[in-house]
Amino acid sequence: MTIKKITVMTATAVAGMMFMGSAQAGATFDAVKKKGFVQCGVTTGLPGFSAPDEKGNWTGIDVDTCRAVAAAMFGDATKVNFKPLNAKERFTALQSGEIDILSRNTTWTYTRDTSLGLNFAGVNYYDGQGFMVSKKLGVKSALELSGAAICIQAGTTTELNLADYFRANKMEYTAITYDTSEETIKGFEAGRCDVLTSDQSQLYGLRTKLPDPASAVVLPEVISKEPLGPVVRQGDDEWFNLVKWSLFAQLNAEELGVTSKNVDQMLKSADPSIKRLVGGEAGFGKFLGLDDKWAYYIVKQVGNYGEMFERNVGQGSPLQISRGLNALWNKGGIQYAPPVR
Amino acid sequence: MSDTSKDSEQPAKPSRLRDPAFRALIFQILATAAVVAFFIYIVRNTLHNMELRGISTGFDFLDRASGFAILQSLVPYSEASSYGRTFIVGLLNTILVSALGIFFATLIGFLVGVLRLSKNWLVNKLAMIYIELFRNIPLLLQILFWYFAIAFNLPSPRQSLSMGDAFFLNNRGMYLPAPQFGEGFWMTGLAIVAAIVGAILLVRWSRQRFEATGQTFPTLYVSLGLLIGLPLIVFLASGAPLHWELPELKGFNFKGGLTVIPELFALTLALSIYTAAFIAETVRSGIQAVSHGQTEAASALGLSHARTLRLVVIPQAMRVIIPPLTSQYLNLTKNSSLAVAIGYPDLVAVFSGTTLNQTGQAVEIIAITMAVYLSLSLGISLFMNWYNAKMALRER
Amino acid sequence: MSQHFVPLPDLPPPGNSVGPVAWLRSNLFSGWLNTSLTVVAIYILATTLPPLINWLFISADWVGEGKEACDSGGACWVFVANRWDIFIYGFYPKDQTWRVDLIFAALFVLTAPLFFKQLPGKLYLGGFILFIYPLIAFLLMRGGVFGLEPVETAKWGGFTLTLLLAGVGCIAALPLGVLLALGRQATNMPVVKGMCVLFIEFWRGVPLITVLFMSSVMLPLFLPEGVNFDKLLRALIGITLFQSAYMAEVVRGGLQAIPKGQYEAADALGLGYWRKYGLIVLPQALKIVIPGIVNTFIALFKDTTLVIIVGLLELLGMVKASLGDPAWPDVSREGYVFAAFMFWIFCFAMSRYSQWLERKLHTGHKR
Repeated sequence: MTIKKITVMTATAVAGMMFMGSAQAGATFDAVKKKGFVQCGVTTGLPGFSAPDEKGNWTGIDVDTCRAVAAAMFGDATKVNFKPLNAKERFTALQSGEIDILSRNTTWTYTRDTSLGLNFAGVNYYDGQGFMVSKKLGVKSALELSGAAICIQAGTTTELNLADYFRANKMEYTAITYDTSEETIKGFEAGRCDVLTSDQSQLYGLRTKLPDPASAVVLPEVISKEPLGPVVRQGDDEWFNLVKWSLFAQLNAEELGVTSKNVDQMLKSADPSIKRLVGGEAGFGKFLGLDDKWAYYIVKQVGNYGEMFERNVGQGSPLQISRGLNALWNKGGIQYAPPVR
Repeated sequence: MSDTSKDSEQPAKPSRLRDPAFRALIFQILATAAVVAFFIYIVRNTLHNMELRGISTGFDFLDRASGFAILQSLVPYSEASSYGRTFIVGLLNTILVSALGIFFATLIGFLVGVLRLSKNWLVNKLAMIYIELFRNIPLLLQILFWYFAIAFNLPSPRQSLSMGDAFFLNNRGMYLPAPQFGEGFWMTGLAIVAAIVGAILLVRWSRQRFEATGQTFPTLYVSLGLLIGLPLIVFLASGAPLHWELPELKGFNFKGGLTVIPELFALTLALSIYTAAFIAETVRSGIQAVSHGQTEAASALGLSHARTLRLVVIPQAMRVIIPPLTSQYLNLTKNSSLAVAIGYPDLVAVFSGTTLNQTGQAVEIIAITMAVYLSLSLGISLFMNWYNAKMALRER
Repeated sequence: MSQHFVPLPDLPPPGNSVGPVAWLRSNLFSGWLNTSLTVVAIYILATTLPPLINWLFISADWVGEGKEACDSGGACWVFVANRWDIFIYGFYPKDQTWRVDLIFAALFVLTAPLFFKQLPGKLYLGGFILFIYPLIAFLLMRGGVFGLEPVETAKWGGFTLTLLLAGVGCIAALPLGVLLALGRQATNMPVVKGMCVLFIEFWRGVPLITVLFMSSVMLPLFLPEGVNFDKLLRALIGITLFQSAYMAEVVRGGLQAIPKGQYEAADALGLGYWRKYGLIVLPQALKIVIPGIVNTFIALFKDTTLVIIVGLLELLGMVKASLGDPAWPDVSREGYVFAAFMFWIFCFAMSRYSQWLERKLHTGHKR
């Protein structure tokens, strides 16, 4: 505490000596508008969420979440710059202002939301932590894993959940902690560890990187709640609102049946809630400081939530993940967005 | 400083600006002001940015529970331990790998350095190849190579390479028998301490006698006998209170015994092989720096080859070798931070890696980490300077 | 007739003291220690060399398309051949790589004359290479001028980036290092001296990884809001500060090697501080420390691999990233050996150059 006091005292003294800069509201929003593109932090390569192809083009759900923000802001979904980050540097990069949005399958937790100076702007994927083991071990349940060596990525919530789960079930384990998910799958492949643990969606993605994907199985247990979503810095509510509502717009579009293919006809729709969404009713954009057709651009260029899901991780992708929790609330899932009203 | 400014106020001087002392003063004031202003600017920006973004500050986080596991720990550590504890664990792991690296690098380095001067053409060239090969390849690459290309290609636990059911080698590490100390082992420990003290006293006594009378005493053999014999006798007399715990394959992995994880193995190997190449060059040039006349004088006095080396060449060569050796030790310690590339839980990987990420307090953690490396460097420098001074004392 | 004394011709030396036998005897088999060392060395060579050569060359696969072409059990160089462009140029657009080639070619053409002794204007050429050429090379790399297509720095990578980081780091660190070394020598200014000592010892005491991490993610926190530079530039700032401390120590060694008489003579001539150093001391000191500078450059060249930690993909980073490709399993040895070879060739050539310079420059100071 004394150190903290000294810091505060120094800070006051220093502030007295120099003139203080005023805290600006809307700083990020204005800065992004001025520079003309969104700087978006993503993973260094995780199939389905954010991964570059051979030509360096980024694809994935997290990538599309950023694209949607760019579409809303500039009417052009290509005005995004992607910065690959590993798990360890992601929060520092966001805090320091190096990126505007962190969309890097990041779990929304209490400490992260409250103590890091960050705000979670919604959930673009409901996930849970699972285990992948080699088929030839013959393991059927996570409860048989006592004594196993487990590969894990450093600085993730999975690292903490794993510790909790094994302690709660009175099992022992050895954690082999790597810096990137590529290294964890390499360690798994080489037999450094028996088990690879991560969010289930990631496990399916990483499994496609094995020379023989069929040699590994994902165990049925899900040991944690992992709501993944985009994160922004605190202190700019305008920007926070924009990121939050870009995601909500995609969800609302799916709920209302608006897709990238039919959105042009929907412009003329008589349904008032569709009209409010796609900009048929004037004056709704200005609350976000945007064009009235902001949501139209999102749906037209990125698609609604369902389209985004199927294209990146669902049936249209090598991952083949079913909607599950991520189905809309009225279709048995828990994806639910407040209405545009 | 105030004196100089008073002096320069005396009217006798032609121009103040021509006075070097005055100019030096002005320049120093300007430089200090610039540096202070720079730091104020940085600190102000940082505090402002941190406040604006609501980043928590202070060192309270060190007491919170960490909640993650660490692969290797020299002190008791569990998920319930604090973040402060993760710092200790990381620091000790850094010190462990640095100490192992320094030990093996010195060993290999001196050996290769001496072989490099061998009259044997083949051995000489092999030593040269070793030096030129390993010091010209980036260390990170060597670490990755030993880890991903060599350690990962060892057999799995079930197909371990084994030696007499006591030593096992597989891709999970090296498993050795662990000593289990029985009840009466403290007597043996006491005997070891007594033997060491005895040997030191013996060396002192024999040196004094040598300087007084010129008579030599076979110190080496007697003290070796003392060091091995006394503990052995006490050990056997107290009923050999020591047994070895053998590693056993249970479930997924080996249990029991001592484990050397492949990360530690690869890192130590890479650090010592890389640094040894530099130390070998230092040793070679150090020995070559001893003038030939010294060796000739020694043979004229009738000293044997071994005694020439021990009493004439090495003490003089050491004076040349120690300063560059010190900087190699410093480099090795700093280079151990590359552990993060293969997941060895050193200070950078555990503390400024995982802990930083879980707490988000980058400024505090990076500051602590840098302070640690600075103190480690300072510690090694001080020790080597002390050793250097000790060696230099023999100069007459 | 008096007989002349005609000496008999010299007998040839005994057969066991000349020729290959004698050489073997004196070099390999003199005494039991030497003989046993030789035997051990031959054993080591005999067990390691044949399988190594076999793997590297004889049963290696050199041409082909995919992993399938590698079936002979040796090294799979097809992988390296396939990825050559990415390893060298990174993600630099394929149709623009001539710009990188041009930069390398120009560097080669410009530096080659420096190796010849007699050349008028060598100093100007050196100055051009040190100060003007990097600017031109940078503009050429980045584009956006002279109608060149702009290429953002995120696409720079591979061996190009390795050379760029090492080159820029070294050139930018030189002036800073000289200033720091001069500051450390300034005994009449204890405060300035103290600050220089602190600066140098700080940067020499911390690992480059933490420096890079700090410059990569924490620098924006130190700057006013909204001020932000390129990731590559930030890494370069970190590398330059780090390198300047080492450079300062090398230059200091040169300054200390200059005989005191030179300083005194300059003072006696009434030269001021900057003229004394600029005209008398530094030219001599820098000449002595060129080998030392080359050695720190080699160290920096190897250390550039660490930028992988902050997500810049230089040669090793590119190799490592390519190893994750499921289409190419089990090529990690080939990848690492290739990267090691590239680094080795450059570092070895430079260290030989530095040794040659040392011998050449040494003559002037030999007594």
